[in-house]
Amino acid sequence: MTSLRARIKRGSMAGLATVSASALLLTACGAAPESGGGSTAGASDYTGCIVSDSGGFDDQSFNQSSYEGLKKAEKDLGIKVNQVESKTNNDFEPNLRAMVTAGCNLTVTVGFLLGDATKAQAAANPDSHFAIIDFGYDTPISNVKPIIYDTAQAAFLAGYLAAGSTKTGTVATFGGIKIPTVTIFMDGYADGVKYYNEKKGKNVKLLGWNKDAQDGSFTGDFEKQDVGKQLTQNFLDQGADIVMPVAGPVGKGAGAALKEAKDAGKDVKLIWVDSDGFLTAPDYKDIMLSSVMKQMGEAVETVVKEDKEGKFSNTPYVGTLANDGVQLAPFHDFDSQVPADLKSELDQIKKDIVDGKLKVESAASPKA
Amino acid sequence: MTEQHRPNDTPGGQQAGQSHAKHHHETGPAAEETAAVVSVDTAGGAMEPSAVPASAQSGKLPGGPDTLLRRIFTGSGMVSVLAVFLALVIGGLLIASTDTRVATTAGYFFARPTDFLAALWNAATRSYIALFQGSVFNPRGNGLAAQFAPLMETLTIATPLITAGLGVALAFRAGLFNIGAQGQIIVAGILAAWVGFALHLPLGLHLLLVLVAGIIGGALWGGLVGVLKARTGAHEVILTIMFNYIALYFLRYLLNTPAFQRPGESNPISPILDPSAVYPQIFGTQYRLHLGFILAIGATFLVWWLLNRSTVGFEFRAVGANPKAAQTAGINVSRSTILVMAIAGGLAGMSGVAQVAGTEKVLTDGVAATYGFDAITVALLGRSTPWGTFAAGLLFGAFRAGAVQMQIQTGTPIDIVLVVQSLIVLFIAAPPLVRAVFGLNPRRKKPARAAKNTKAATTGGAA
Repeated sequence: MTSLRARIKRGSMAGLATVSASALLLTACGAAPESGGGSTAGASDYTGCIVSDSGGFDDQSFNQSSYEGLKKAEKDLGIKVNQVESKTNNDFEPNLRAMVTAGCNLTVTVGFLLGDATKAQAAANPDSHFAIIDFGYDTPISNVKPIIYDTAQAAFLAGYLAAGSTKTGTVATFGGIKIPTVTIFMDGYADGVKYYNEKKGKNVKLLGWNKDAQDGSFTGDFEKQDVGKQLTQNFLDQGADIVMPVAGPVGKGAGAALKEAKDAGKDVKLIWVDSDGFLTAPDYKDIMLSSVMKQMGEAVETVVKEDKEGKFSNTPYVGTLANDGVQLAPFHDFDSQVPADLKSELDQIKKDIVDGKLKVESAASPKA
Repeated sequence: MTEQHRPNDTPGGQQAGQSHAKHHHETGPAAEETAAVVSVDTAGGAMEPSAVPASAQSGKLPGGPDTLLRRIFTGSGMVSVLAVFLALVIGGLLIASTDTRVATTAGYFFARPTDFLAALWNAATRSYIALFQGSVFNPRGNGLAAQFAPLMETLTIATPLITAGLGVALAFRAGLFNIGAQGQIIVAGILAAWVGFALHLPLGLHLLLVLVAGIIGGALWGGLVGVLKARTGAHEVILTIMFNYIALYFLRYLLNTPAFQRPGESNPISPILDPSAVYPQIFGTQYRLHLGFILAIGATFLVWWLLNRSTVGFEFRAVGANPKAAQTAGINVSRSTILVMAIAGGLAGMSGVAQVAGTEKVLTDGVAATYGFDAITVALLGRSTPWGTFAAGLLFGAFRAGAVQMQIQTGTPIDIVLVVQSLIVLFIAAPPLVRAVFGLNPRRKKPARAAKNTKAATTGGAA
C-alpha cells in the first residue's frame, strides 16, 4: 500500500520533471555568445536613492510616481540609482541607513511615516542630502528638502468642473484613509463645488465629504477595490453622476462601478487623481472627465538635478497651480463635451488662484 | 497519508483515560457526565474511536487529540530543519529564475551548459551571501562593531517575533489556535504608547508602566477571547481573527483623534514616546538592540518553567492533550482556557511594547507590522516548545534583517523572504512531502513512531 503510493508519487514527480525539462529544451537551443567582457558605459558618480513606505514602488500612487521620477533622472541625467522597498515600518531605519552607507548623495523618502526616520538619519549624516515626499517639518532641517503639494488648488478646479458638468446636480468623492494628503483633495473639490453654486446660484450637491465637519466616506485602505466599487454604487444610487476617488488603486473600483453604470445607459464620469488617468488608467478612458495631477515625478527629477548641480536647498518645494506642480489634466476625449464657457471660467479661476485673488484653503494645506 | 496517521486515540490511551474517569466517579455529577460521554465515544473501549473526536463535533471542547493542527504543531524537529532547507533551495531557484544572466545563459544551455549552471549558482549564492551578511556578520564592515551590527539587527527584529511566537505556542499547547497575536500586539501597542507619550513620569517608573500597560492590554484582548470561548463555546480561530480587525480599526480610529496625534498635525501618527518611556539600547546607541530582547529571553524561560514545572502549565498541557480527560480529572477547563489566552495575549503584548518602546518609538497603524502572523509560523517552526520558538524567532529575525541587505546589495526583492517563510509553513504542514523529497519515508520506522505515540497518548490520558 505504502510502496504503491510512493511509486505513484515518484511517478508523477518524474512526469513533472519531464515536462519542465522539455519546456527548457524548447528554449535552450541558442548559440553561446563569444566570451569576453563588455565595458560599462561611463556614468556620473552621482547616486540618487529612494526608500519607499510599505506601499512599495508599484502602489500606483506616490511611491510609484516618485520612483518613476528618479528613474527618469537616471536616464536624463546619467546618475546612478539605488532603490529599496520597505515592507513594514520597522524597515525604514535600516533601509535609510543602508542608503546612506551605500554612498547616496540624495535619498528620497516617501510619505509622512518616514518623517521621523528621515529626520534621525539627516541629523546623523549632515553631509548627505534628503528629500521627503508629502511631508513638511515644523522646524526646517538643513539637509532635508520637503516636497509638498497644495493639491487643494487643482482639486478646486476639478470641483468646479464637476459641478459645471453634472446632469443630475449631484457629484461625489471618497477617500482611501483619512490623512491630510487625501483630505486636501476633498477639501478643494468641495470648495470648487461651493464656489460654482455661489457663482451660478445653483445647488449642486456633494456626497462623500463635508468640509466643515472634516468627515466623509473612506474605504479604509488603499487596496480594497471592491469597497471603492460599493461606495461608488451607493453614490450612483443617491443620484451622483461624477465621482472623484482619492484612494490610489482603489480608484479602479470606482471606475468599474461607473463603467457598469455607463453600460447600463447612464451618463456618468470619473475624475482621477495623482496622475493623468487617461494615460495611467486607460481602461476608464471613455468615462475619464479629467484628473487632479500631482507632478511628483517631475519634482523628484528637479530636486535631483538641482542637487547634482550643487544647488541643493532645504526650502520646501511646494507644488501649486502657479508652478504646475499641481494641475487639472486635459479633458482628452471629453474635450468637445466641456462647454467653452466652462473652460474659460476654469481658466479664469486658475488665474485668480495663481494671482492670489482667489484663496483656496484646506486644513491640510502646506503651512509654508 | 495513512502511514502518517498517528493513532493518538489508540484504545490504550482511551482506556487509560476511562479507568481514570471511573476512579473519579465520586467527584460529582459533572465528572460523571463527562465519563459517560467518553464511554459513548468508544462504546466502553470496545469500538474504534471516531476519526473526528466527539469533542470537536459538539464544538464545545475542540482541540481533540488527532486534529490536523495538532499534527502540524508536533512534527519532528528533523522535519523543521529539512523544511527550512528545502524552502531555501526553492527560494534560491526562484531568485535565480528572475536573474537576467540566468535567463540569457539558459538560451544557449546546450551550447555551453556550464554558463547556465554557473549563473544559476551565482545568482542564488550571491543573494544568500548578502542575506547572511545582512543578518549575522558583514566582513566588509568598518571595525568589529560594524561587522556585528547585522547580528544586532537580527536580534532586534527577532524580539517581537519571539514573544508573540511564545504566545501562539503556549495557546497551542493548551489546544487553542491563537491567530490573534496581531490584534493583541495592536492593543498592547495602543496602551503602551499612550502611557509613553501622554504621561510624563520619572525614569524607570515610566518604562515599567509602559511595559505593564502593554502586557495588560494584550492580556485583556487575549483573555476576552478566552472568556468568550469558555462561556459561549465560540471558536477561538474565528474570535481571534475578528478581534484582529476590531483592534486594527480601533487603532485607526484613535489615530484620527487629536488625543493620539501630534499637536498641530493631523497625520495619523502619535507623538514620539518620552525618552524615559523607551527601552534602553543595551549595546550602545549604534545598535537598535534594546532591553526588550533580554525580556524576551526571560519570557522564554518563564514559559518553559510554566509549561514544564508549574501546576498551571501542567493543566494547560492536559487540557491541550484531551480536554475531556482533563475535565474528568478535575481540571477546570474554562479557567485554563481563559488563563492561557490571557497569558498568550500578555506575551504578544510584550511584542507590542518592543515595537513602540523599542524600535519605532511612535504609534502608527503599522505598529504590529506582520509580526502577529509571522508569530504563527515561528511557533509552528519551533514546534510549540519555548526554546524551539526562541530559535525559530531568531531565524526569522535573521531572514527579515538579511532581506533588507539582500535587496540593497543584489536587488533581490524582499518578497522572496516572504515566499521562503510561506514555503517553510507549507513543508511543516506536510511532513510526508518533506520526508519523500529526502527519501526518509521507509516503512520500518513506522512501528517505532506508533509506539512512541501510544506512549505519549497514554501519559496524556493519565493526566
